[in-house]
Parts: sequence; structure tokens; C-alpha cells
Amino acid sequence: MPLALELRGVDFSYGQGPQVLTGVDLLVEQGEFVAIAGPNGGGKTTLLRLALGLERPSHGEVLLYGESARSFRDRTSIGYLAQRTTIGLHAPATVRDVVEAGRAPVRPYGRLRRDDREAVDQALERVGLRELARRRLSSLSGGQQQRAFIAKALAAHPRLLVLDEPTTGVDVEAQDALGALLHRLHEDLGVTILYVSHEFGSVERYVERLVLVRERIVFDGPPSELPGLWHDPSHSHA
Amino acid sequence: MLDLEFMRLAFAAGAIVGVLAPAVGFFLVQREMSLIGDGIGHVAFAGVAVGYLIGVSPVWTALGAAIVGAAGIEWLRARRKAAGDQALAVVFYTGIAGGVVLISAAGALNANLFAYLFGSILTVTRGDLAVIAVLGLGALAVVAVLLRGLIAVALDEEGARVAGLPVAMLNGLVSMLAALTIGVSMRIVGILLIAALMVLPVIAAQRVAWSVRSTMGISILFGLGSVLAGLTVSYYGNLPPGGTIVLTGTAVFLVASLVEAVAR
Ligand SMILES: Nc1ncnc2c1ncn2[C@@H]1O[C@H](COP(=O)(O)OP(=O)(O)OP(=O)(O)O)[C@@H](O)[C@H]1O
Ligand SMILES: [Mg+2]
Repeated sequence: MPLALELRGVDFSYGQGPQVLTGVDLLVEQGEFVAIAGPNGGGKTTLLRLALGLERPSHGEVLLYGESARSFRDRTSIGYLAQRTTIGLHAPATVRDVVEAGRAPVRPYGRLRRDDREAVDQALERVGLRELARRRLSSLSGGQQQRAFIAKALAAHPRLLVLDEPTTGVDVEAQDALGALLHRLHEDLGVTILYVSHEFGSVERYVERLVLVRERIVFDGPPSELPGLWHDPSHSHA
Repeated sequence: MLDLEFMRLAFAAGAIVGVLAPAVGFFLVQREMSLIGDGIGHVAFAGVAVGYLIGVSPVWTALGAAIVGAAGIEWLRARRKAAGDQALAVVFYTGIAGGVVLISAAGALNANLFAYLFGSILTVTRGDLAVIAVLGLGALAVVAVLLRGLIAVALDEEGARVAGLPVAMLNGLVSMLAALTIGVSMRIVGILLIAALMVLPVIAAQRVAWSVRSTMGISILFGLGSVLAGLTVSYYGNLPPGGTIVLTGTAVFLVASLVEAVAR
């Protein structure tokens, strides 16, 4: 069984800009729940984009399930929530429209089948938006919109879930719900999770592995082993 | 009015155009490429000129030129050689300038040309209708089959790319469909006005719709309604159909905006 994700000796810079990541080695096995943290501009989003094959490393290699990330084929198995996702539509879209778009990679052509509709319903249920499914996305609060995007990422039943700061603007209660949801996906379905955040509030207790990124990987291990030195005041709440 | 063969042909062709233009235009509006139809239309104008010059039916040369223009815009945009609007500007001006030069070279600055620019209800022949029906219904079928993928790309292009949808192919396809729509609609609405029929019904529908699908459906209703009403006015008022169709579309847009304002 190949690793879910492998970065080996990865350097990266945007165009001619300064080096954003240097000498990054990161191996993630299928079924791991990895939290990625670090300062603003530390390279967290860039790391995810490399992992997803959206950027090409200047040095080193990036593999997804043993294949080069740039040409990885089984892409419906990836669920991705980008940082600050918005919808690129001018037309009004309902919550359900958004989540259905997450199912499109599985069934891009023709009509939705019953299992597609069930997957969409299930994803809505999981994020607690079933009742709001017919509402217009723009009529929801920021946190509710964020949950709709999480449901979109879940709709294709990914085996690798990549979430870039999914809890921005999400209240504590919904964060707890998200933490519990990720825990269930991870425990029951063996989904591999890469979770970027500044704040691990309610997710912290489920995380097995924490990776701190500040141009390099400056820490990689169980959160309990994090040297006090690295404790950022913003993470230090219980 | 419908006793007349040419009006029956115009209405039949117009109905197809009225449905097709907003169905394709929907995706242009979502991609903030509302004016791409104009860019392609201007290139199609150069195509008409080429047709006159080499003695081939301008419909075909215009369609060919529209496809080349659409591919050019998409190529410039996708390779980030130029921002979307700049890519458009280059193609737009080259098309109209090339068209004017070629037209005068062909000695075809005449009333017939006016029909290509602004549409005519007298020009649709049975042969034209057959071409419009085959290409138009074919394009609609493509949109219907690929609808979910196209919506997913419009909604979140990067997300669609990560999830493995063929984003470049689908974007290219939208441009090709736009070119085809312009080629097909040119006889009725005219090269300079067809782009409006791709855009106005969609932005009107967005004001009153409640979901992606309802936007699509209402756009098509508005487009069809504008064409049928516009053709009728054009017949009784002896006016060019392109202008009356587009003005009807503008009226629909104003009413939809009013309805939206009242509903809030
Ligand atoms: N598209 C881009 N072009 C050029 N430079 C970029 C681009 N995106 C990010 N950068 C630079 O790369 C560095 C890392 O950015 P990145 O977005 O990966 O950080 P991050 O850890 O995700 O930060 P945040 O916590 O603010 O989300 C920053 O210095 C940023 O300025
Ligand atoms: Mg980031």
C-alpha cells in the first residue's frame, strides 16, 4: 500500500520570487489525521497546493498514492476546501447546488442518480445544513457558507480530505461539530485528513500528528511533544 | 403573419436561437466573459467579408472565423498571455478592422451586408433552417449532457481541477459553443447584436431566479420570449429583427430588475 502523500526534498518558490518552502520532507500514510500549523505566510497553503498537484516543486518530488501529484489520476478521491473559498457564480446558487457541484466529478455527465442524491443529502446532513439546503448560499452566514463548502468537499466520498483553515468564521459549536465529524470520517471510514489551521480548538484532541511549517518543517510529531518554545500564544488556549 | 413562408422559417430558426443563445451565454456570464460574444462576432464579421471575397456563402466562412476567434481568445486567456479583457480587445479590433478592409476589397459595402450585421427576417431559407436546426440542437444537446460538469467548473474552477474534471476541455468547449451560437444566430439577430441575446436574458434571470437551474430555465424562457416578441414587432414595424429582439431583451431585463427591487 503506497503512502497517501509523499513530499521528498521539496523546494518551492512562486516564479522568480523568494523561496517559500525549503527542503520539505513529509510522508503521510493512508488513514492519518494530520494538522498543519504555522505563522501567516509560513507556506501552509503552498504545501497543500503542492500536495494536490496544483503547483510544481522547483526541486524534489511530490507523490499522491505513489503517482506524481501533477498527473495523479484518481482525483475524485480527493476532497479539497481551499482557504477563503467563494463561489465563482453570478447566478444565485442554493446550498444544494454547491454540494451537488462537489458530486460532479463523480458524475459529470448526464443526470444525477439516486446514489449521487444520497451522497449529497448525507454530506448536507453531516455538516448540519439539511434544513437549509434550499436556501440561497448568499443568504447564509459566513460560517454556514463555510459548512456548505465542507459538505461540497465531502460529497464525492473522498479518501483524502484536504482542508485549508475550514473553521475561519465558524462558531465554537460548529467547530465542535466539525471536529467530531472529522473524527468520525477518520475513525469509521479511514479517511486521510490534512487540516490546516491557526486554531485547533475542538479538533486538537483528535489530531495524532502536528506539522509546523515556517518555510521548513520545524516540528513534526504528536501535539503532546510540541516543545513549549513553539507554543504560539494564539494556540495556547485549552 | 405566419401564413408567410419566410416568417415561419424566421420563427422556427428564431426559436432555436432564442433557446440556444442564453443556454450558452449562461456560462459566459458566470466566467465574466460577457463580452466574448462580441469579440467572436467581430471576427465573424471578417469571416463574412472573406466569404464575399472568395465567393463562398458568408455563413460558413463566418462560422469558421468565429471558431478561430474563439480559439484565439481562449488560447490567449488560458496561457495568461493577456488578461481576459485584453485578449478580447486584441481579437475584437483585429476582427472589425480586418472585416472592413476585406469587405471594401470585395466591393460588398451594400444592403446585403446590413442583413448580416443586424439580422433580417427575409434571409432565412429552408437550407439555413436545416443548418440552424442541426447545429443548434446539437449544441443544446452538448450543453444538456455536460451541464453538471460545466456548472461545477463555473462554480469553483480550482476545486473542479483538483477533483479531476477536464477543466481546460470544458472551458474550450464553452468558447466553441459560443462561436457556434454566433454562427447559427447571425442570420436572424445579426453579428453585431447576437452577443446581447447571449447575455441579457441571463443577467435578467439572475435577478429573479432562486437557484442555478432556475436561472438557466428562466434565461431560456426570457431568450425565447425576446426572440418571438422581437420578430413580431420587427414584422409589423418593418424594423431589423436584431434590434427589436435585443431591445425586447433590454425591456425584460428592466422589468426583472424592477421585480427584484420590489421583492426585496
Ligand atoms: N500566488 C502567489 N504568488 C506569489 N507569492 C505567493 C503566492 N501565494 C503565496 N505566496 C507567498 O508565499 C508565502 C507562503 O504563502 P502561503 O499562502 O503558503 O502561507 P500560509 O502559511 O498559508 O499563510 P496563511 O496563514 O496566511 O494562510 C508567502 O510569503 C506569500 O507571500
Ligand atoms: Mg494559507
